[in-house]
Amino acid sequence: MTTLVDTDLYHAVEDAAAYLYVWALKDIPQDLRDALEDAAGKETSVPGQRVLSTILKNVQVADSEKNLVCQDTGIAVYTCRVGEHFPLHPARIYAALKAGTERATIEHPLRSNAVHTLTRENTGPNTGHRLPIVHWEFVPDWDGLDVKCVPKGSGSENMSFLKMCVPADGVKGIKQFVLESIVGAGGKPCPPGIVGVGIGGSADYAMYLAKEAIARPIGTRNPDPHVAQLEEELFELLNETGIGPMGLGGDVTVLNCHIEHADTHMTLNPVAVNYQCWAARRASAHVAPDGSVEYDREF
Amino acid sequence: MATHEVTFPVNDPQEILKLRAGDEVTVQGHIIGIRDRTQIRIFDQGIEPPMDLSGAFLLHTAPGVRKLEDGRYEKVCIGTTTSARMVRFTEPLGAQYGVRAICGKGGFPDDAIEPMQRLGMVYFAIVGGAAALETTQIEEIEEVAWEELMPECLWKFRVKDFGPLTVGIDAHGNSLYHDVQARAQEKLKELYARL
Repeated sequence: MTTLVDTDLYHAVEDAAAYLYVWALKDIPQDLRDALEDAAGKETSVPGQRVLSTILKNVQVADSEKNLVCQDTGIAVYTCRVGEHFPLHPARIYAALKAGTERATIEHPLRSNAVHTLTRENTGPNTGHRLPIVHWEFVPDWDGLDVKCVPKGSGSENMSFLKMCVPADGVKGIKQFVLESIVGAGGKPCPPGIVGVGIGGSADYAMYLAKEAIARPIGTRNPDPHVAQLEEELFELLNETGIGPMGLGGDVTVLNCHIEHADTHMTLNPVAVNYQCWAARRASAHVAPDGSVEYDREF
Repeated sequence: MATHEVTFPVNDPQEILKLRAGDEVTVQGHIIGIRDRTQIRIFDQGIEPPMDLSGAFLLHTAPGVRKLEDGRYEKVCIGTTTSARMVRFTEPLGAQYGVRAICGKGGFPDDAIEPMQRLGMVYFAIVGGAAALETTQIEEIEEVAWEELMPECLWKFRVKDFGPLTVGIDAHGNSLYHDVQARAQEKLKELYARL
């Protein structure tokens, strides 16, 4: 009986992973569609307007042709929130996510991007050693599983930056680093997108937090008022840089700026920037212990 | 800022010289898909490309495709990748093979300005990520070479109304990317002073 439940649940999670990956790639969330419409209304430069109207047309064509919004199927990154009473072990959840990613890639078919980092040979249908990437959270007193899929393309992921500011650099140092990173990135990460910033913690954790930040619904604010204020300030400053849509110059350089933070060591002040392109893809599923799945945008 | 329609491959250099940074361009005819590994093979490994690149329009792409039973490829989703990684191939593409246009997203750094001016080449900016639309503008995959590099092969596409593209770098020494960066660096000084 235990085996049967395990098998059903395993397949439910595999199905969810396959569905989420393709859904995320084809159908961008409503909050992002609204933000892109707003951006098109604000932009005054001619190349910038040309870019934004092409983006809006592209989103419509993806809907009508049932095609992917962007050809870069990225690296499949999942975040799992696992209830302590969820009756499938995380090791099996990981295997199911991997199987789902492979199935989606083969059946659709999706472009397979995964290569060995030294030989550059393809390692599988968007899977390989430690691919897909899965982040874990464990929730006490709960029997469910939430899965979020955020496929991230290389154009934006290549524009990731880390600086170990010192405490004496203060908040000013954080702001300067974010500004210089986004100006330096120019048109490469497909602006206007979401600038994710991770502050505090350690070097590795700051980048993890920056990645968490880009997966939030657009324009949501950090519950800590100090952090929320920094989000607002950076959002305004970044749009004064004039980089514009696709780096061709204009008023709209970013759709928003999201920050996640962790407390840190008294001598540390890490700042990580992770850029998310305008096609900020994300999709989520809730898996119940009986194997039923409900799809949603958020956790 | 003017609008143009250009059919590739081009024979007349005037077709390229008439384009100015910021202009809007729609492309007809045939374009060639190329990417990192394709160009590493041509220039770093010295293997001659089995396609004629003279007068060509190169697109920085690694398309999503489906292989048919007869060996041909059908488009699934074709979009454009970041150009900056491949800037060092600009000069030899123009000088050795007569390439006239390179199209990608995100722009080329300033290293591309001089060879493009000297060799009569342009850089076209496409909207990165707008692959669903781009796919509808590619009528057919006519040829594929170096299939073992899949998806970074040499691809020949027949296109219709491909665009809108923006001339990012023209053949007269102008680059929108250079101008935008120069202004942004000045602006940063002002913003830092306000922090």
